[in-house]
Amino acid sequence: MEKTLILFTHPALEKSKVHRALKEGVENLEGVTFHDLYEEYPDFYIDVQREQALLLEHSKIIWQHPLYWYSVPALMKEWIDVVLQHGWAYGSDGTVLEGKTVKSVISTGGSEKAYCPQGHNYYPVEEFLRPLERTAVLCRMEYLEPMIFYGAFQLDGDALSSAVDRYRKYLQTS
Amino acid sequence: MAFESLFVSAFVYLLTAVICVPLAKRLGLSSVLGYLVAGFVIGPFVLGLVGEEGADVMHFAEFGVVLMLFLIGLELRPALLWRLRGPILGLGGAQVGITMVAIGAIGMSFGLGWQVALAVGMALALSSTAIVLQSLQEKNLTKSSGGQSAFSVLLFQDIAVIPMLAVFPMLATLAPAVSNDHRVEEVGPVQDWLAHQPGWMATLLVFAAVIFIILAGKYLFQPILNIVAKTRVRETFVALALLLVIGIALLMSMLGVSPALGTFLAGVVLADSQYRHELEADLEPFKGLLLGVFFISVGASIDFSLIAAKPNLVAALVVGLMVLKAAILFGLGTLTKLLLDQRMLFSLSLAQGGEFAFVLLGFGVAEGVVGGEVAQMLIASVALSMVLTPLVLILEEKVIRPRFGTRESDDREPDPMEEDAPVILAGFGRFGNFVGRLLRSQKIEMTVIDSDPDHVDFLRRIGIKAFYGDVNRHDLLEAAGAYKAKILIITLSNQEDTDSLIETAQKHFPHLKLMVRALERPHQYKTLEAGVDYCIHQHAGSATELGKAALVLLGVRAHRAERVTKAFRKHDLESVRLAAKKTHKDKKAYISHVRERLNDMERQFEEDQQDRQTPIDQAWDTQSVKNDILKK
Repeated sequence: MEKTLILFTHPALEKSKVHRALKEGVENLEGVTFHDLYEEYPDFYIDVQREQALLLEHSKIIWQHPLYWYSVPALMKEWIDVVLQHGWAYGSDGTVLEGKTVKSVISTGGSEKAYCPQGHNYYPVEEFLRPLERTAVLCRMEYLEPMIFYGAFQLDGDALSSAVDRYRKYLQTS
Repeated sequence: MAFESLFVSAFVYLLTAVICVPLAKRLGLSSVLGYLVAGFVIGPFVLGLVGEEGADVMHFAEFGVVLMLFLIGLELRPALLWRLRGPILGLGGAQVGITMVAIGAIGMSFGLGWQVALAVGMALALSSTAIVLQSLQEKNLTKSSGGQSAFSVLLFQDIAVIPMLAVFPMLATLAPAVSNDHRVEEVGPVQDWLAHQPGWMATLLVFAAVIFIILAGKYLFQPILNIVAKTRVRETFVALALLLVIGIALLMSMLGVSPALGTFLAGVVLADSQYRHELEADLEPFKGLLLGVFFISVGASIDFSLIAAKPNLVAALVVGLMVLKAAILFGLGTLTKLLLDQRMLFSLSLAQGGEFAFVLLGFGVAEGVVGGEVAQMLIASVALSMVLTPLVLILEEKVIRPRFGTRESDDREPDPMEEDAPVILAGFGRFGNFVGRLLRSQKIEMTVIDSDPDHVDFLRRIGIKAFYGDVNRHDLLEAAGAYKAKILIITLSNQEDTDSLIETAQKHFPHLKLMVRALERPHQYKTLEAGVDYCIHQHAGSATELGKAALVLLGVRAHRAERVTKAFRKHDLESVRLAAKKTHKDKKAYISHVRERLNDMERQFEEDQQDRQTPIDQAWDTQSVKNDILKK
């Protein structure tokens, strides 16, 4: 079975109902390594060698985080900066990640309607994820269609548990 | 000669205790029963090792009860006592009132005059504080709701003795007995004077004494404890603790008030003091020993010739007394909605007569309230009921409780008698204060123990729960709530104390996570080797911070200085862990290992100069990108 690495970044998980539920729902699934970066590197001092080894051990990568200012939380950006090094992840000699898949699992504060030309964010979420898409592709990985949980502040009760189910099912069947 | 006989008695008492208590424990019985049986064995009717002096010994050992009430008071903060006022007055009042009337009515139906019947009712309504609390504590049931209710009732009974003693003389129908009971002989000038004063005067004096104890607790005992604690001579502190209790007991008995009640009050007043745990730990052994002697003397005092003469009557009295009291308590337990198993515990634990019955009946004989023969018979019955109590509790535990479905889970109610903060911080000096302040900023409850009275004083002034004491005593650790705490943080400045505290904690409280301040490198190895959960060199944080600041001052870019420092710290930690594993196995290997790690460190610094010092820095190394672009 192909192994999945969830790279999870959330600087204040204690305040996030949705990501806590998602985390609890998937962290113990078989074949899934749940890697909580803010918990591992609270001082932003990322262990590059360890991160690179983890990437090599898994064929499916998931970037799970809330969408902050149309982008990733700061530590996720730091991770991209320091782990995906030239000559290893990209560049003419950087071929080790070739063939892996990357998928973004993202929560947004705004509703789905906000992410269209009539909404106040104007563009669909996919447009804001272009940098991530290109990052994956530059590293010779396939960037899959993202899984997006809209309106996270209102997500509750049954809606939340069905969101968790969706995530679990995806991980178990893909 | 007097010394010799004292030693002989002490030898006999101690020897019996040492033999009987472990035996009782081995058989799964309570230590109280062990003591009682021990007393019975050495008493006049079996071995006859102790005889007439038994009663004197009992009076002496009653001081154990006084100490116990003081210690109970220490665990009851005034606020908590106030919260318990409902059960104490309601439940306690109902128990004493109903039982008194019921027993009185039965007495009258058997032809006793109403005065005698009432006096007997009063004496028998009371239960044995000593036996009940000791048994509950031993079984860890003081925190259960049944145990709490029992405690409330006992407290009310202790208070109720005062008016009872006052009322007794008014019930006299016989000529006062010319008895040689020493209680009568011992009437001193104060009591003599008191006896000739009007009733309101005595009441006034009692109130004055109570107010005195409350005020003295705050404004007199506290500063004295402070001064003595500062001398750091432990036995002086013990002496002072005993002095306090004895002094209050003396004052109260002079005024004709139960000394136990006075010391209980003093205990409550001192419950908020920082010396609470130290006092507890110091007095605990005295209390235990004296209570033991008290139980032995109860066992020894049972008059078997009387029982042998009228076995049926005594048996009927004992069984009748216990069944009646238990039934009334059961009813009260039902009214207060105790769960069935707790109701059982509550009613069975309090079903016996108590030591106050001895006092009241003895006093009653002296005052001509109760006839000598009736009193003797009742005293024998009460003593037997006390002996039966531990047996009944065993029956309750082994047979009755398992059959009922409505069990109260063990952790349902938090124990209000103990510290229950999740963190115990040992040492609040220049290191510990940082730890404490950080935790407190996150509103984390902690109990601080420190051996410097000035620290403790200061901490309490700013509202931190701090206690004075020698952290290395496991009883103090227990008093500070070690059974309930999750983490013990050790930030002492003395290596020996640190090591022995680690050992004590690991031995007695293996569930505690240990976090330790190591004083130097070898100490850190040793501490890690001992298997603590977290250990940091006391200068690891501050020294590397300073190094980093120096780098910045020398012109290194701040973020780079930060990275280098982090790399250094990580490397350092790994090296300590590796070295810790090696130290104990081989001294030589350790030395070469250190050398190897030093070389390693040098290598790192060399790499620094080549601008490749940490893996992260490669991420910002643009050389490889440039080469790639130039190739195209």
